[in-house]
Amino acid sequence: MIEFKNITKSFKNKIILNNISGKFEKGKINLIIGTSGTGKSILLKCIVGLITPNNGKIFFDGRNFTNENKNLKVEIRREIGMLFQGSALFDSQDIETNVMFPLNMLTNMSKKEKLERVNFCLKKVGLENINKKFPSEISGGMKKRVGLARAIVNKSKYLFCDEPNSGLDPQTSLKMDTLIQEITYEYNITTIIVTHDMNSVLDIGDFIFFLNHGKKIWEGNLNNIFKSNLKILKNFIFTGNLSKIKNRK
Amino acid sequence: MGAVTVIQTSYNLSNPLISNFVVGTILRDMTILELAPTITAIVFAGKVGSNIAGELGTMRIKEQIDALEVMGINSISYLVLPKIIATILMYPLLVIIAGFLSIYGGFLTGTSMGLISPENYIYGIRINFNTYTIIFAIYKSLTFAFLISSISSYKGFYTSGGALEVGKSSTNAVTDSCIAILITDYFLARVLLN
Repeated sequence: MIEFKNITKSFKNKIILNNISGKFEKGKINLIIGTSGTGKSILLKCIVGLITPNNGKIFFDGRNFTNENKNLKVEIRREIGMLFQGSALFDSQDIETNVMFPLNMLTNMSKKEKLERVNFCLKKVGLENINKKFPSEISGGMKKRVGLARAIVNKSKYLFCDEPNSGLDPQTSLKMDTLIQEITYEYNITTIIVTHDMNSVLDIGDFIFFLNHGKKIWEGNLNNIFKSNLKILKNFIFTGNLSKIKNRK
Repeated sequence: MGAVTVIQTSYNLSNPLISNFVVGTILRDMTILELAPTITAIVFAGKVGSNIAGELGTMRIKEQIDALEVMGINSISYLVLPKIIATILMYPLLVIIAGFLSIYGGFLTGTSMGLISPENYIYGIRINFNTYTIIFAIYKSLTFAFLISSISSYKGFYTSGGALEVGKSSTNAVTDSCIAILITDYFLARVLLN
């Protein structure tokens, strides 16, 4: 479980996150949603420690991630897998080396064990026989899946995804969502996804955390989101053309 | 560098009372003390410095450095330290090669143009040779190597924004390295040759 309390972050006197608290349960897909520029990615980066918040505390299964203990921070970070918006694969390394990278850096596994694990993860995300290709030789959707394979290769306890569907076609987006869902439930990990894709919210959201202008406006499960009377939330959910077509019918 | 120095020094030494072996001596000292370590450093900053800044800047904007940090890997140790160590190890070798080529280039040009005889040139580069100049050149090389690699790494590592900023980081890495080289060159000469 990941818990964060009173997170505040500002850049040059502009408040981006305003006293946000929340809790993400283990074995569930937790979605942080909101319009562009509302602070979703900043919140995610604060939680994983890429940005230091001005105020607030973050706990990973009760362990304080915001204290000064560097060893504890490194220990927690080694349990984190993250899928970045642009995949963040290393351009100079082939796919196999990219996925193997966390194992090379953080484990004492033998070459054979590492290769088996890499092949298992690549198979899990539906990519086989591309081990020796370079990131520049594969499509955007494949890069995202390789990024996901790299995020889970070290048996992460926490999976963070920053807009996993951005730049993907609807079919590939659906595949990505299904993959993340399968991985979360199969390995019982805490998954946090930043998205503004309503299809993802409807398909895989177990718990939804709605941000607006740096403030938490609403949180709850998928069943409750449609019952909410909050105008801002309703505007966000029902802006898409799909819901208009649905209403016409 | 050596070829041009020989031609220009010969052109300026028109006094028949001064033997032309001095051309070789001047070239030797100029090459070891200044040309090989400093001019090579400026070229090196343009080639390797911009490369380091561009590579790290691209890694930063493509979130690859963030990916390392999230994995719990110290990105500075992993990305910057090897570059600094490699530069410090390899740059002095480059300076030695540059120095040798400069002196040899001066020999080829001076003798082929009839500006100096081979015997006088070799006599000139051997006479009154002070081995401390080599040590001074190595000190300079090590300092310049550290400056180029660390300034370029810093500029690249702390790039923020997009492709435009990566280009700016590369340019800044080269200009800042060159300024640092020239200022340090003055202070090293003042401290170590005084």
